[in-house]
Amino acid sequence: MSIAATEPWPPAPGGRNGAAAPWRFRRPSALPGFGVTFGFTVTYLSLIVLIPLTALVVRASGLGLDGIWRVATMPRVLAALQTSFGISLVAAAVNAGFGLLVAWVLTRYEFPGRRLLDAVVDLPFALPTAVAGIALAAIYAPNGWIGGLLAPFGIKIAYTPLGIFIALVFIGLPFVVRTVQPVLADLDREIEEASATLGATRRQTIVRVVLPTLAPAVLTGFALAFGRAVGEYGSVIFIAGNLPFTSEIAPLLIVIQLEEFNYAGATAIASIMLLISFLSLLAINLLQAWSRRRFGHV
Amino acid sequence: MTPSPGPVYTDHVDTVAIRAEGLEKRFGGTPALTGVDLAVEAGELVALLGPSGSGKTTLLRIVAGLERPTAGHVYFGGEDATFVPVQARRVGFVFQSYALFRHLDVGENVAYGLRVRPRHLRPSRADIRRRVSDLLDLVQLSGLDRRFPSQLSGGQRQRVALARALAVDPKVLLLDEPFGALDAKVRRDLRRWLRDLHDRTGHTTLFVTHDQDEALELSDRVAILNQGRIEQIGTPDEVYDRPASGFVAGFIGEAVRLPVDVADGIVTIGPHTLRNHTSSLSGPAALYVRPRDLVPADPHGGVPTRVAGVRRAGPARRAELLLADGLPTIEIELPADLTVARGEILHVQFRTLRLFPA
Repeated sequence: MSIAATEPWPPAPGGRNGAAAPWRFRRPSALPGFGVTFGFTVTYLSLIVLIPLTALVVRASGLGLDGIWRVATMPRVLAALQTSFGISLVAAAVNAGFGLLVAWVLTRYEFPGRRLLDAVVDLPFALPTAVAGIALAAIYAPNGWIGGLLAPFGIKIAYTPLGIFIALVFIGLPFVVRTVQPVLADLDREIEEASATLGATRRQTIVRVVLPTLAPAVLTGFALAFGRAVGEYGSVIFIAGNLPFTSEIAPLLIVIQLEEFNYAGATAIASIMLLISFLSLLAINLLQAWSRRRFGHV
Repeated sequence: MTPSPGPVYTDHVDTVAIRAEGLEKRFGGTPALTGVDLAVEAGELVALLGPSGSGKTTLLRIVAGLERPTAGHVYFGGEDATFVPVQARRVGFVFQSYALFRHLDVGENVAYGLRVRPRHLRPSRADIRRRVSDLLDLVQLSGLDRRFPSQLSGGQRQRVALARALAVDPKVLLLDEPFGALDAKVRRDLRRWLRDLHDRTGHTTLFVTHDQDEALELSDRVAILNQGRIEQIGTPDEVYDRPASGFVAGFIGEAVRLPVDVADGIVTIGPHTLRNHTSSLSGPAALYVRPRDLVPADPHGGVPTRVAGVRRAGPARRAELLLADGLPTIEIELPADLTVARGEILHVQFRTLRLFPA
């Protein structure tokens, strides 16, 4: 389920096929199976992803381009988009760091309860997000376990953007851990030993050798966590407080439009989200393709 | 960084570059090394030869500082290095898998050991560039400094790993199965090239191999390890011609082990008897027979054997001979123009008898 793009395909113009030859499929292998698998992939992707998304865009286009633009530039919509994408970005970045740390501890050290902890990482995947949201809200509310500790210092988490951040970190963590873990487990210990024999300190080894090698995997985890965070709804609405202009996320705004039977408005916001998400994931994929070319396959 | 030099135990400090004394290593409960002593002279090229699991790589890693011995000491030039961390040992280590940094190009890989030095010890950028280019010339990879490891062949990667290890101007060079992952032709070329390089640069070198041809051809001295112990250490001639133990006799030179009985100067192999001049053994023993230990004899002298198979082996021919049912077949090397057929009776004579206690 990696969203990492494979090599640019079909080959870029000017490549082996040349500009003069008519555009055609590069035969990937002498072994049969390409036709069947490719056909299945296209059909499947069309049914599950492309057709629903096209329907969404078609529905939104009823408003016309300037109509969509009008919706997009409404202050409340702008604020919600900013909240959604901004906090998702920060949460994914934090997850990239801490997820890497968790993956490191889980792969590198043997300690009692390691397997249990390893299983716990997956819980945010499995838990109904509403349950997570309610639990987080209860703990971080001013009268909750953690919220109660912070309240005397004037720090409010639940019902503020900080609450959204906590929820998005919670649901995004497994993505980074699970993408980095196998790469870290496969990482050749000899590379670190080589660095040490050449005189590098442990810190230099980590910064100059280990992290660059893990970078593509961390980037994939970051992209997955970011994508998940942008689309998250269930857990956020319970902890966010949902105040317009401060803690209202774009998906909630869509639901509100739907409840008011403003389908065009809802699809317009959805299309804008779709466009921004697509562009950011595309950018991340290009970054990965570049790093893969540079670092070899990961 | 280096702890104060401990008491000097060695007597000829000037010439011994690496000395291991009473090294023991246990992984959990299993012993990997037991009581290993080894001295490598400055500028010497020494091979650690042994079957897998004999502890040769463990010994190399302890010398490098990548493993800590359970007991015993390692000295570099008379200085106790047992507790010197690997970063401070100034060893050049070449890993079996090369362990190149795949996110760095060839030039950056070679420069790595210089770039990670603390600022006051780090050469200038221009010096590093010059050093990298000199080293790439030395390993015959000039002009490939912008390539990434994934764009190189196995032999080229091997030489990059060597250049990277040499960049830090190591006191000793340690190579773990340096040619293990290469095909036969590249292996042979690189072997000769490494010997040549060693003669030019004069680094004290310790390398691990399981290939006896490699060890015998390349090294000044060979240490043969078995089950965590050094069985014998000596020049290629010594270990080949005068094996010190049954293990060495069986490990070197494609020998076949035959169970025999020795009594009063007579060796009994199944139904056959041979006169024994060399060994004072008596009782059950093991006879190690190499293909070159046997010569064809006329039917009146020598031991009759049945030819169980014949195959071509390079310029010569090898025949498998059966002394008696139930005994392992032994091999004889024959000139290619001598034709024998399977099932024939061939009389052979033993040129030497390598007898060891069973």
